[in-house]
Amino acid sequence: MADVIWTTVKLASFTTLLLLVLATPLAWWLARQKVWWKEIIAAVVALPIVLPPTVLGFYLLLLLAPSSPLMELLQPFGIQSLAFTFPGLLIGSIVYSLPFAVQPIRNGFEAMGDRPMEVAATLRATPLNAFFTVAVPQARRGFLTAAVLVFAHTVGEFGVVLMIGGGIPGQTEVISVKLYQLVESLQFGEAHRLAAGLLVFSFVVLLTMFLTERRARKTAP
Amino acid sequence: MSGVDDRKGIQAEFDGLLGRFRLKVSLTIPPKGITALVGPSGAGKTSLLRAIAGLTRLPGRVVMDGEVWQEGRLFVPVHQRALGMVFQESSLLSHLSVRDNLLFGYRRAQGPKTMSLDEVVPLLGLEPLIGRSTDNLSGGERQRVALGRALLSQPRLLLMDEPLSSLDAQSRAEILPFLEALHRTLSIPVLYVSHDAEEVARLADHVVTLNAGQIVGTLQPATPDPLSPLSPNQIRDLARQALEAGIKPNPSAR
Repeated sequence: MADVIWTTVKLASFTTLLLLVLATPLAWWLARQKVWWKEIIAAVVALPIVLPPTVLGFYLLLLLAPSSPLMELLQPFGIQSLAFTFPGLLIGSIVYSLPFAVQPIRNGFEAMGDRPMEVAATLRATPLNAFFTVAVPQARRGFLTAAVLVFAHTVGEFGVVLMIGGGIPGQTEVISVKLYQLVESLQFGEAHRLAAGLLVFSFVVLLTMFLTERRARKTAP
Repeated sequence: MSGVDDRKGIQAEFDGLLGRFRLKVSLTIPPKGITALVGPSGAGKTSLLRAIAGLTRLPGRVVMDGEVWQEGRLFVPVHQRALGMVFQESSLLSHLSVRDNLLFGYRRAQGPKTMSLDEVVPLLGLEPLIGRSTDNLSGGERQRVALGRALLSQPRLLLMDEPLSSLDAQSRAEILPFLEALHRTLSIPVLYVSHDAEEVARLADHVVTLNAGQIVGTLQPATPDPLSPLSPNQIRDLARQALEAGIKPNPSAR
């Protein structure tokens, strides 16, 4: 049981950290660009929200399986296949949770408006400096929401991890998959513990986020 | 310019479209004093100010004290232009305290510092605000902080875009004396957008009138107004004396 929880927490933590780094420039670009076709990119990014996880999992499996175009590219680095491995699972989780990171951060950047960056520029801040000293702190609530949503969403994902992870104990077996296997083998006692644990965890995460948001709203304008 | 030193002051020329609005101006701002930029709303006052700052890119040329900020394909980015800007509405950075707002530009300014916190704070009456967060400041207080912040970035040109227009009459009356004090101490040129005749009369040394994207009149230097150093009460007394002496107000001279 402990290794299942550990795999889940490890997966959710890495996914959250990597997604915050990857989603931030994308969210910035979507928030700042004025061209209409940016919404095409926005729609592609948002696809995992509406697609059945199995569809996503299927395509990801094809991509991560041996002799796929991506694996051909990675061959020189000694990588043959990422299907049914932890790194593969991580890639899948990142794709699956991308919209949950991009959207709140984009909203945060958009809510800020153009003015703070203009102010920073008239106060000698280089664009990069202004980004880190003005835009990121101004959109901090967006980052917090993104981090919480991505973490919780990754803990809760099932279809994608089953398709590309395969549920190998100690490597790719996460709580949601374990729960499914327990129910299938009629081990309801164990299943209850996991299910209730996940329920409480999700509730606590969301409550913490809402309370933090409430406090932030009181102190911010 | 009168040819004393052509390299001093600001020369700005723009000819370009902003949507369907055409801004076509050629403007020289003297190296010292407040130049008021007046005109009806939609005349392009803010656009001209933003173009000089480099916040809006328009075809043209900007030379500041002989230093080219824009010419042909050369375009010095905003953060490399030694200018200070006060925006129309409060633009304090809400995630920073008053002190950190004031020091934002100061810490990033290059070269020797001619304006220090110890100098700017009393000049603008910021002593009671310095330790506070930017929440719960009044409109007038926010604009004073914004002005102090702009000054501390060591500008060689100060741009002010209707800094008082978002304030109520009381805050405006409270901040005007600070602007007048600034006017007396500041040795850099100031371009001040306004549509308020009283502000212009009290502050401006030169007046440039803009209409439909073109300069339609310049007045420089403005004739010194004999009433401007007087308080409203003194002016009222003078008016009363004039009435008592039998001088009738002329209704056409408004």
